[in-house]
Amino acid sequence: MATVTAAAASKPRSSAPPAPRKRSKLAPRAYYWFVWPAVIAFAAFHTLPVIIGVFFSFTNYAGYGTWDFIGIGNYINIFRDDRVLQAYMFSFLFAIVATVLTNAISLTIAMGLNAKIKARNFWRGVYFVPYILAVLVVGYVFQYLFSNSLPKILSGIPLFRDNILTNPDWAWTAIVVLAVWQACAFSIIIYLAGLQTIPADIYEAASIDGASAGRQFRSITFPLISAFFTINVVLSLKGFLQVFDPIIALTNGGPGTSTESVTMLIFRGGFTGGEFAYQTANAVIFFIVITVVSLLQFRVLQRREADF
Amino acid sequence: MSSSVTVPIEAELAKDAVTPRRRRARGGDPSDTRRTNWWATALIAVCSLTVIIPLYLAVSVALKTPDQLVSGTGFELPWPLNWNNFAVAWERTDFPRVLLNTAIITVGSVAFTLLTSSLVAYALARNMHRPFFKGVFYYLLAALFIPFPIIMLPLVKQTALLGLDNPAGMIILYTIYGLSLNIFIYTAFIRSIPIELEEAARMDGASTWRVFRQIVFPLLMPMNATVGILTCVWAWNDFIMPLVVLTSPADRTLSLAQYVFQGQYNTDYTVAFASYLMAMAPLLIVYIFSQRWVISGVMRGSIK
Repeated sequence: MATVTAAAASKPRSSAPPAPRKRSKLAPRAYYWFVWPAVIAFAAFHTLPVIIGVFFSFTNYAGYGTWDFIGIGNYINIFRDDRVLQAYMFSFLFAIVATVLTNAISLTIAMGLNAKIKARNFWRGVYFVPYILAVLVVGYVFQYLFSNSLPKILSGIPLFRDNILTNPDWAWTAIVVLAVWQACAFSIIIYLAGLQTIPADIYEAASIDGASAGRQFRSITFPLISAFFTINVVLSLKGFLQVFDPIIALTNGGPGTSTESVTMLIFRGGFTGGEFAYQTANAVIFFIVITVVSLLQFRVLQRREADF
Repeated sequence: MSSSVTVPIEAELAKDAVTPRRRRARGGDPSDTRRTNWWATALIAVCSLTVIIPLYLAVSVALKTPDQLVSGTGFELPWPLNWNNFAVAWERTDFPRVLLNTAIITVGSVAFTLLTSSLVAYALARNMHRPFFKGVFYYLLAALFIPFPIIMLPLVKQTALLGLDNPAGMIILYTIYGLSLNIFIYTAFIRSIPIELEEAARMDGASTWRVFRQIVFPLLMPMNATVGILTCVWAWNDFIMPLVVLTSPADRTLSLAQYVFQGQYNTDYTVAFASYLMAMAPLLIVYIFSQRWVISGVMRGSIK
């Protein structure tokens, strides 16, 4: 290795992997110094809370005072608790609708931005604005829009006239609007990055062969960005399942508990409801649910990717 | 990319690392010979109204008097302009202090994140064939699956116990929780940097730390931008973590201040909206001036 010079390194990639293997089993000590503090800090502030949470989920701790072990009592009660089931129903309904809308809209907009349009960089900049704004703050603007502006503008439609946020059956759709409005910004950029990896000559060849726009989308665009589609769908569903900020801004879980998500239930019950142990058990279940859903999605979507 | 042997390695490397990415990031391709698609332009322009309308509503309400607001839908042009809302909001939310808190947390988080994540990722990427480092990599990566609500309740007990329920604690938490994703972004990039450059420096007697500081870290600049942007937006806009971790009202962040404000004066819309605008303004202004750079940074992170 002593003979390595700048000139000899003109094809760096090919010679990179074998070099380190010749060394001793242990890395230079400095590398351990770089890694250990991070591992310790991570264990202390991430893994430890997880373990403590799992531990307390087997107790009846209220967040203060004394506690006893009660075995899996919390877990059994969670499956009988209507409020918890309702929170899961709401979170899933919300997350699925929001994921479908976000991806459909983002992909459409990204394709529009990828076409040859006027002032493309300007539009791209506009569509990214929601990403840099706090959902909570934008949410308050939307709250005014739904509760004060729309009832006057759309006074002919009873749903909007009576303030959709106070309607137990439809308030969730307003939350979907806000969450999708915000989430699209990031998804558009990911899809755009994916679309730009497709060489233009493929489309030229396809149009010469007489493929219609729809056919080009089905046979070229979508297959070639399916990896980006997978990552976007998995990330958005995972994010939407944990929805919190948009609900705080729009309905605060109401009317009643009709728009209470799992995250919100954990927050409310755990901090103010004296249900520390009970809600940590809920959190453990929530973690399992999210992990299973994410892995399932990866499997299904990646199998589809391979089909093309 | 077949360059001649005489190209100095720095130039080769710089070209290798930067050129293809920059070309991708820049939307407008001069070699694009397609005709302007007016249908797409119209679609994009019309749809962008959905982004612009809520922002217009925010500005329009913030510049009205309560009397002007009550009579309309909020969308009417505000006239005469009522700048006084901003002065009232400035006072009520204690804006300078809240802004300072948010800025300290954001700047601190970004600085610490860039230093630590890149260093850890470097050590991991260069030793991935060793079980210890590989184990650490997957240990950190696994945390991406663990959503915040899971650790929320125990974490709050812990930060309160350790006296970290303040901006310093927030900086530590953002730095640690960002680690998983950042390492994922960095390692892929570091592995594309040829190791010979570092070996040469080592031959000249440079320590591992010096190699990182003087050779690797400068080469990581594109990824530093990506990680920095993601961390900055996250720390600035985050709501749930400041809500549960911070205890003293004096430590409130911008998002948190809006939440408290909303609870206290929930019908005082004009002042509230002025306050929302002031909360959105700093990042929005930075974004307007660095828009291309920000978007290309985010895009770079998504292409492995």
